Parts: sequence; structure tokens; C-alpha cells
Amino acid sequence: MSLINAQTRGVYTLFKKEVLRFWRVAFQTIASPMITALLYLLIFSHVLAGRVQVYDNVAYTAFLIPGLIMMSLLQNSFANTSSSLVQSKVMGNIVFVLLTPLTYLQFFIAFLAGAVVRGFVVGFSIYLVAIFFVDLPIMHIGWVLVFALLGSALLGTFGIIAGIWAERFDQMAAFQNFVIMPLTFLSGVFYSIHSLPPIWQTISHFNPFFYMIDGFRYGFFGQGDISPWVSLGVVLTFLVLLVALSLKMLKSGYKLRG
Amino acid sequence: MAIPAIKIENVHKHFGDFHALKGLDLTVNQGEFFGLLGPNGAGKSTLINILAGLLRPSEGNVSVMGHDVVTDYQAARMALGVVPQELVFDPFFNVREMLRFQAGYFGRGKENDAWVDEVIESLGLTDKAHTNMRRLSGGMKRRALIAQALAHKPPVIVLDEPTAGVDVELRQLMWGFIRRLNQEGHTVILTTHYLEEAEELCSRVAMMKQGEVVALDTTANLLNKFPSKNLCLKLSASNMPASLSSMVKHQDGQTYVLTLTELSQVEFALSELRKANAVIEDMQLNEADLEDVFLSLVGGA
Repeated sequence: MSLINAQTRGVYTLFKKEVLRFWRVAFQTIASPMITALLYLLIFSHVLAGRVQVYDNVAYTAFLIPGLIMMSLLQNSFANTSSSLVQSKVMGNIVFVLLTPLTYLQFFIAFLAGAVVRGFVVGFSIYLVAIFFVDLPIMHIGWVLVFALLGSALLGTFGIIAGIWAERFDQMAAFQNFVIMPLTFLSGVFYSIHSLPPIWQTISHFNPFFYMIDGFRYGFFGQGDISPWVSLGVVLTFLVLLVALSLKMLKSGYKLRG
Repeated sequence: MAIPAIKIENVHKHFGDFHALKGLDLTVNQGEFFGLLGPNGAGKSTLINILAGLLRPSEGNVSVMGHDVVTDYQAARMALGVVPQELVFDPFFNVREMLRFQAGYFGRGKENDAWVDEVIESLGLTDKAHTNMRRLSGGMKRRALIAQALAHKPPVIVLDEPTAGVDVELRQLMWGFIRRLNQEGHTVILTTHYLEEAEELCSRVAMMKQGEVVALDTTANLLNKFPSKNLCLKLSASNMPASLSSMVKHQDGQTYVLTLTELSQVEFALSELRKANAVIEDMQLNEADLEDVFLSLVGGA
């Protein structure tokens, strides 16, 4: 029996549309974040290699790559749901989905799955290019995949919330610049938080991005700032909270149905 | 008795302090071509948005083909195809892709492709099937919008002012197709500002004013209830005598339209004109149209 039948075709179609939407503009949605990540890699490894040693036996350049992959994966998962929603709200074409029998849960699943695919495509592309230049081990593929999945789901959900809330592009840009960017940069993408002064170490522990990046990095090197199980617990907690919030918004029709 | 296509019972809608719909009752039977008329702000679009599930009624029940739009919304939306008033489109895809997506949201797969192609052809979109929505002209976007509402072949079709800013050719094409669908059994509900359109197409009409239905009848009955006729006169270089000025409904240069409540007034009008030595260049006597009915019911609103 085929998985796609009259009951599942609606949600599958919306998912397919979400994937094709970013695929059609792949230059902007995949190539551009890849270039950005590789530029970071080039600059930081050039400036810092040999001066910063985070873990024993791990070159700084190698240390940097999982952080960059995760950073791009998170940002792009967020961008996928948030920009799709804001754009279709501003253009008005969200009505085509609202007129259908799709339930709020199906709506959520389709958008979220689209975000996860975008995050994985971007993350994997960066990985493929990076391993040409740098020797990068993968100690625990399971942790790598778990944190990639949870990270893209978490940010995809966050993007749904932001996309429903924002009514204009500038509101979405503010969200990106004042929430997503600081959380990414203050999460240990470029450094180990153990190299920070104690106060900033404490603050970093309240940043969910820190746990996603640290857990993801643990999958590559088998060492991190904290146990991957702690990171898993924190990330799952945030995910449950954000999923609950976004489902509540969707169910009530907040800003979508009057 | 057959299930009504649309059943609206005591529907109220409040937007803050604004009472947009004031206890509306309306039933549209299957197979009808129904007109919903009214000035801007009468509540037509609010009502349609409630039907479509874009708005929730503050009070009352609405059902489509027997399915409540709130409690049984999936079945209700399955039965409904709505053409929105605004010219909205998805800039990422071409016409055929959009139509297949739209059908897919309703659970329709490959078996539906033949219907999608038929819609494309009937609305004159064949040449544009592979054109990105962004590159379509306004008229073509309008066609695509109608096609999208029809993609899942709904038994009930709602068109919210579909001909605003549409040229004559497209109007003919569109109405030809919608009429055919109606003859094949689809129920059609139309809101429009063009009264002659409603008069020509709709078998029954509801007129709304400030959130209420002020008239609901067959188009023929509505026209009969107001048995006025219009006398159109073109005078050469003389003015309308003062005794007739109360009958003048409309004046355009030397052309006057007089409203007559009964035929005998023709004689009166002509004798008054003779007394005033007016020379009649042209004269026509017309039946009243829906616009007259509309204006007398809705007033100058």
C-alpha cells in the first residue's frame, strides 16, 4: 500500500510545496549560506589556527566545522518556515492553504518537515565541502543525526511562531537580528565556552543554541563542554515548549483566522 | 428534501464594537445560481469568509452541503471552492503546478489531472500553463485564481466579486464556463457590484445592507415587485418641464431617464412636454432592472 493516499496527500502536498519553494531559489537558500559558512571557516581558521586549542588532538579548524554546520542548519531551518509564512501572509496567498481541509496539525507537520529538509540540505552541503579541506572524524553518527534533527525541528518550530506573529518583513528581520543572530554567535560556534569569563559561561548555559551545538560537536569528537545527555534533555524540553506554543497558536487561528 | 448547498442560521459577527452581521438567515439550494448583492460594507465578504472558514461566526451556524463549517470543517471545505476577491498568487510556481498543489491539499492526486487540464483549457489558460504566476497579466492572474478554486471540483462554488476590473472578453469566457458548471449541477454563489450580471445569471438574489438581508427572492419576482419602467428621452435644446422634474432619475446632457410607476404616466409626460414645446429627438421605454430594485431597497448607501 502506498503511503500517499487521499488522507495523507494533503499534508504531503504542502510539504512538497515547501521543499520546492526553497529548491526553486536554491542559489539564495542553499548556495548562499554555504558560501557564508565557508568564508567564516576560511577567515577564522586562518586567524586562529595554532593560537586556539580547544580539545586535545583536535585542530581548531576541525573544531570550528561542526559549529558552522549547526549554525547554518539552525538559521536556515528558521528561515524556511518564517519566511514562507511571512511571505505568503504579505502576498495574501496563505489563503490557498487556509481554504483547504488541512488540519492545524497537518499544517504544522508539513511546514516543519520542510524546515528540517532545508536545514539538512544546507548542513550536509557544508559538510561535503569542508571535508575536502579538513580532516573531520565522526565518532558518534547517532548524536550527530539526533542533534541535527532536533535542532532543525526546534528552529523550524520557532520560525513558525515568528512567521505567524510577524505581519511585515521588517518585523521578521528584527526577529532575525535581535534574537537568532545573538543566540547563534553567543553559543560557542567559534569557541568553547570554557574559554569565556565565568559570568559569560553562566549566561551561555541559558542559551539553548549552546546545547544544540555542543551536543552536535560531541557526535564528531566524542568530547564536549557538557554531557550530550544533558544537552539532549535541554533541547527536548525547549522543543516540547515551542511545539506546544506553536500548536496553540495554530489551533486558535491566531493572526491567521479571525 | 435535498440537503441545502448552504445553510446560514442566525449568524452574527462582531469585530470589537462593530456588528458586521446581524442575525443572518439564508438558504441556498443545490444547483442554484445565487446572487449576493449589497454596497461595500454590507457584510458580503464577511459572510463569505465565514463560509470559507477564514472567520468564525460570533454566533449562529453555517453549513455547506450539510457540514457545519466549524465543527465539521474538513467536509465543509471539501465541498467548497472559493475565489477570493483580492488578486493573490504564489510567486514560486507556474499555473499548472499551483493547480495540482491546490487539488493535492484536498487529497486529489493524478486521477484529478484531467480535470485540472479541463479547467485550464476552459479558462483560456492553456498557453500560460507553464508560465510562472508572477509573469501573468492581471486578467490571467484572475483566471488562475478562479481555476485554483475549482481545482478540487467542489460542488459549491463561491465567487467574491470575480469580475472587478475584468475585461469584457474574460467576463464572457468566465461566465460561459461557470454557467456550464452550474448546468452540470454545481451550486454557484456570486457577489457582485455589476447588477446586470446578477440579473442575467442569477435565478435568486439576496440583497444585503448593513449586515442584514433586506430582500430575498427570485430575480423575476424582485423585478415584478417593483413594476416601474424607465422612460428614456432625448430632447433637443429644451429643458425638462418643472412638472416632470420629480420623475427624473438620471440626467446626462439632453438625455433624461424618467421613472414611471405605471404606464399611464407616459401619456402625462408626453403632454407636459408638448405644453412646454419640447422637441423629442429619441425615446425609449425600458423595464426596470435590478439596479432600480437595489437602489430603492438599499437607498443611496
